[in-house]
Amino acid sequence: MKLSPRRRRLVARVAGYVVFATVILAVAGAADWGRLSESFFRLDIAGSMFPEAITVALRNTVIYTLLAFVFGLTLGLILALMRLSSILPYRWFATAYIELFRGLPSLLVLFMVGYGVPLAFPDREIPGGVYGSVAVGLGLTAAAYMAETIRAGIQAVPKGQLEAARTLGMSHTRAMISIILPQAFRIVIPPLTNEIILLTKDTSLVYVLGVTSTTIELTKFAGDTLNTRVNPTPLVVAGLLYLVITLPLSQLVRGLERRAGRER
Amino acid sequence: MSTIEISALHKSFGSLEVLRGIDLAVEPGEVVCVIGPSGSGKSTLLRCVNLLEEPTSGSIRVAGVEVTDPDCDIDAVRRGIGMVFQQFNLFGHLTVRENVTIAQRRVLKRSRAEAGRIADQNLERVGLAEKAGAYPAQLSGGQQQRVAIARALAMDPQLMLFDEPTSALDPELVGEVLAVMRGLAAEGMTMLVVTHEMAFAREVASRVVFMDGGVIVEQGPPEEVFGAPREERTREFLHRVLEPTRVSETEIGARPAE
Repeated sequence: MKLSPRRRRLVARVAGYVVFATVILAVAGAADWGRLSESFFRLDIAGSMFPEAITVALRNTVIYTLLAFVFGLTLGLILALMRLSSILPYRWFATAYIELFRGLPSLLVLFMVGYGVPLAFPDREIPGGVYGSVAVGLGLTAAAYMAETIRAGIQAVPKGQLEAARTLGMSHTRAMISIILPQAFRIVIPPLTNEIILLTKDTSLVYVLGVTSTTIELTKFAGDTLNTRVNPTPLVVAGLLYLVITLPLSQLVRGLERRAGRER
Repeated sequence: MSTIEISALHKSFGSLEVLRGIDLAVEPGEVVCVIGPSGSGKSTLLRCVNLLEEPTSGSIRVAGVEVTDPDCDIDAVRRGIGMVFQQFNLFGHLTVRENVTIAQRRVLKRSRAEAGRIADQNLERVGLAEKAGAYPAQLSGGQQQRVAIARALAMDPQLMLFDEPTSALDPELVGEVLAVMRGLAAEGMTMLVVTHEMAFAREVASRVVFMDGGVIVEQGPPEEVFGAPREERTREFLHRVLEPTRVSETEIGARPAE
C-alpha cells in the first residue's frame, strides 16, 4: 500500500519520538544510579554547608554579579556612545576595546586586573578590595558585550525620533538623554538581563584573586567543602543555588520579550 | 521681513543633485503649498529650512537669521519653527501630554504647571484633550498626527513646516488632520506645506509651488496653477494626479495585447 504524503509525515514523526525516547532511556539506564546518589546526594554533607552557603557564598555571588554589572553597564554605555560618535578617534578606541575584550577569556582579564593593577599603580588600589577588583575584572569584559547590545538598541530607535527632538530645539545631548536612550534601554532590557545571567556564572572565576572566608563565592565554597569532605555533593548544592539565581532571571527575560513582542 | 528667504539653494546627496537652484520667499501669514512628483526635491527643500539637511550651497534666512552661517545657533532657530512629519514621530515612551510638554520643559524651561496648561490648550485645539494620558501606540494615525501638530504648536512657533502630513494615513483619517491645518491657516499661521492633497492646496494655499527635477517649475495663486497652468510639466502632473483614471495607456508607453 502506498502512503499519502500526510500519512508519511505522521509515520516519520512517530519514528522520531521513538528514537528520541530510546536514546534518553538507554543513557539513563546505563548509569549506576546507586553509586551516583551515594556520592552526589549525601544529605548530611549538604546540610553541613548551610547556612553559610546562603548567608556568605550565595550572597557574595550576587554582590559580585551586581557590582560587575553596574560597572560594565556604565562603561558599556560610554563605549556605545563613543562607537556611535562622529569623532573618529572615539570610534576607533571603542571598536578596538570591544574587539579586544570580547576576544579575551574573562579569567585572563580577571588575572590581569588582580595582579596587573597593583603593579601598574603601586601607591593606589582599586577601592573596595576584592569586591572592587571583581567589579572591574569582570566588568571590563561585560562592558564590551553590553556596548554592542546598547549600540544596537540605540540604532533600533527610528531616526525620526532624533529628528523630531532636534526639530523641537533640543540639543543632541538633550535628545539622547530624554528621547533616544530611554527608548533604547527598553529595547535592550532582555539582552542585558541575559548578560546578568552570564555574569552570575562568571563570578565562579573570582577564586583566582584569592578569596577569604568572608569574600568566598559559591564555586570556591563548594570546592573547599569538596576538598575537606572528599565528596562531590557540595557541587550539586552550588549548582542548585546558581539555578536559584539564574532560573528566575531567564523567566524574567522571557516575560520581557513577550511584552516587547506585544507592544510592537 | 520675509519669514523664509531662500536663494540659489543647491543640495546634493553624493553625486545626486536633488535641489538645483531654488529661490523662494514666504511672507508672514502666507500658506505656501509645495506640490510635485516624488523625487522632485520637495521634502529636501523643506528639511533644508530647519537644517535637518545641510545645504550644499546657497542661502536660507528664517526671520532674518542666516541658518547656513556656522555661527548660527540652530537650536534657537528650530525653537521658532514647528515641524510635522509624514511618520508623526511621536515619542513612544511618553504619554500624549508628556510628548507635548517635554520640549517646553527641557528647551523653553517652562514650569511643570505652565507646560501642562499650554499642552492642554493645544490638545484642546486639535480636539484630543481627552487622550492626554494615552500612549501614541494607542492612537489612530490621524490622532497621532494631530498630537504631533499640538506638540509643535506648544513651542509657539512663528512658522510651521508640514512634510506630507497625510501621506501615511488611511484615507478616512486624512480629513481630521487637514481640518486642523485649515484651522491653523485661518488663524494666520505662516505655513510651508509639502502635500499631495490637491484639494487642500487649492482651497487653503495662498500660493502653490510646483517643483520637478530639483527646480521650481511654476508658482502662483492656486486658481492660476490649478486652473490655468502655464508649463507643460505642470499640466501633465496635474492631469495624472487629478484624473488618475483618465491616464491613457499610450501616455505610459504600454501597448495593448494583440
